[in-house]
Amino acid sequence: MESTFIDIVRRALDEEMARDSSVYLLGEDVAAGGAFGVTKGLVEKHGAARVRNTPISEAAITGVATGAAICGLRPVLEIMFIDFATLAMDCLVNQSAKYRYMSGGQLSVPMVVRTQAGAAGGAAAQHSQSLESWFIHVPGLVVVAPSTPVEAYGLLKSAIRLGDPVLFVEHKRLYAMKEALPESAGPLPIGRARVARSGTDVTLIAYSAMVRTALEAAENLAATGISAEVIDLRTLVPLDMATLVQSVSKTRRAVIAHEAVEVGGVGAEVAARLGNMAFYELDAPIMRVGCPFAPIPFAPELESVLLPGSRQIEVAVRALVR
Amino acid sequence: MADLTLNTLYRFYEQLWRIRLLEGHVQRLAAAGEVPGFPHLSTGQEAVAVGGCANLSSGDYLFSGHRAHGHVIAKGSDPYAVFAEIIGREQGLCRGRGGSMHLVDASNGVMGATGVVAGNLSLAAGAAWAAQVRGDGRIAVVFFGDGATGAGVFHETLNMASLWNLPLLFVCENNGYAEFTSREEHSKVGKVSAFAAPYGISALTVDGNDVLTVHDAAHKAIGHIREQGGPWLLECMTFRMAGHYVGDAQRYRSKEELAAMKEKDPIARLHRHLVAKGAAESELDGIAARVKEEMTAVVDRARQSARPDPATVMDYVYSATLPGPEQA
Repeated sequence: MESTFIDIVRRALDEEMARDSSVYLLGEDVAAGGAFGVTKGLVEKHGAARVRNTPISEAAITGVATGAAICGLRPVLEIMFIDFATLAMDCLVNQSAKYRYMSGGQLSVPMVVRTQAGAAGGAAAQHSQSLESWFIHVPGLVVVAPSTPVEAYGLLKSAIRLGDPVLFVEHKRLYAMKEALPESAGPLPIGRARVARSGTDVTLIAYSAMVRTALEAAENLAATGISAEVIDLRTLVPLDMATLVQSVSKTRRAVIAHEAVEVGGVGAEVAARLGNMAFYELDAPIMRVGCPFAPIPFAPELESVLLPGSRQIEVAVRALVR
Repeated sequence: MADLTLNTLYRFYEQLWRIRLLEGHVQRLAAAGEVPGFPHLSTGQEAVAVGGCANLSSGDYLFSGHRAHGHVIAKGSDPYAVFAEIIGREQGLCRGRGGSMHLVDASNGVMGATGVVAGNLSLAAGAAWAAQVRGDGRIAVVFFGDGATGAGVFHETLNMASLWNLPLLFVCENNGYAEFTSREEHSKVGKVSAFAAPYGISALTVDGNDVLTVHDAAHKAIGHIREQGGPWLLECMTFRMAGHYVGDAQRYRSKEELAAMKEKDPIARLHRHLVAKGAAESELDGIAARVKEEMTAVVDRARQSARPDPATVMDYVYSATLPGPEQA
């Protein structure tokens, strides 16, 4: 039976709460199910003490989760939109990320900050952003961006069990995506990328919802005789460079695609590292596909023209593969 | 006023001196270039630390800000490990990774000082929440300055602490200055304790330079917190005899203001009180001399101690279960 991304994430939360009594959920509206229904029903099952609504106070609730984490709880905090993580930045950057280091290893922050990002039609400039690259710049944070419901299930379980603060970025466009959760599904390793499709002519590197777009592009390219390998990064920190170098050494070309603004994005980091580690394996420049340097517009005609899709990936690939 | 034994008062006197003298060494060595960074001294504010922490056990959680040396010593942490951290040594509380503004001594309940004004308040609320859900009887205490009341997260945290009925004591050290700017210039709210009532939090404003007054107020507040749960706010009016940081020339303060402060020195006040209660001057002098010797020895030993090994600079960034930093 197939379930949506939302249902499968809920199941991961439910199972981890049942497995470990130190797992607590908190966030705005989470007891009511959250803005997208991810936590629906969990308060009935696990009780109001473990599924707590909070005021609209991102700075304080992130601090509360961090303070509880250093004192032995495993909080899973929901920040409703990644756009609002701006309000939690002081705590995430100055406290959560650095606690283990600044305390010389005395304390750790086993906390997951679940948030959702990306554009999905008309949410406009303050509810559609992809701000994950800000967080990869902060030592101490782990950044996870799953691409499918089943991936989210395994990665969330691992994130909750980890001893480090994790930003877990769900893409709102994936929420309705359906998959059957295999019986064998379990925690997935943090820091290991996944080959989502094998190919020989070019490596498409993506994460989150853009993996699906890259797979579409690969399908279209296959029809024109170009064999594209698609790598799903899964985690942006740690970044699995070994898998990337291995793939690029085979295909000799790389295109990195993300929905976030191209400037200063994850693609820049991946490109720089590939340039360092695999320069002599490359037959062509590394290409990036991302949003143009503009806020996400409201009108559908404007939004759709701004967001990178499979067509932009295909254009980039055709410029490399002649 | 709580009935404190003479021995308890002697202990307070000793702790006040311990903080005063250890920070004196920080000041001296900072001037000599031996203390990295810019340490902030609590000279003149020691009574808040000593009176407040006297009501805590080592299991209670303590959070502080950038002016934290006194709180950590008063909570009972080893002055040697504190000082070694302040000068960035391997034997320091945080193995030289944190420094003056980031003291942590988890085994003694010191869960962290922070360099971001108001950045510690919500963390303390989180610690109080952890204690509450476990029902282990611990409480959390957070020390902050009046400057922190300008931050939004101060108000967010008051609201949450009240809403969740958290076992949390807010202790504001109102020294009249937010860094270099006087309170009159940064807020129209005269008393910090006035912020508590709208959130339904009980609050007291007391003379923070009298260790006995602070002790009694904290005793009352903590008693309520332990028995009934829920937060309290204690505003301690005090004076920063030192500048904002070591080296601050304090051009924004008058000589008269600085001289008036000396009159209210918490050590001199406890001294007067003890003499009035019949303590012998020689006894008190003996305590001060002993602590002086002890602190000199601590500082000497810390200065001789090893510096961190540069090869360990990447330790503690992530847990051991993650791929190494070269992979990150």
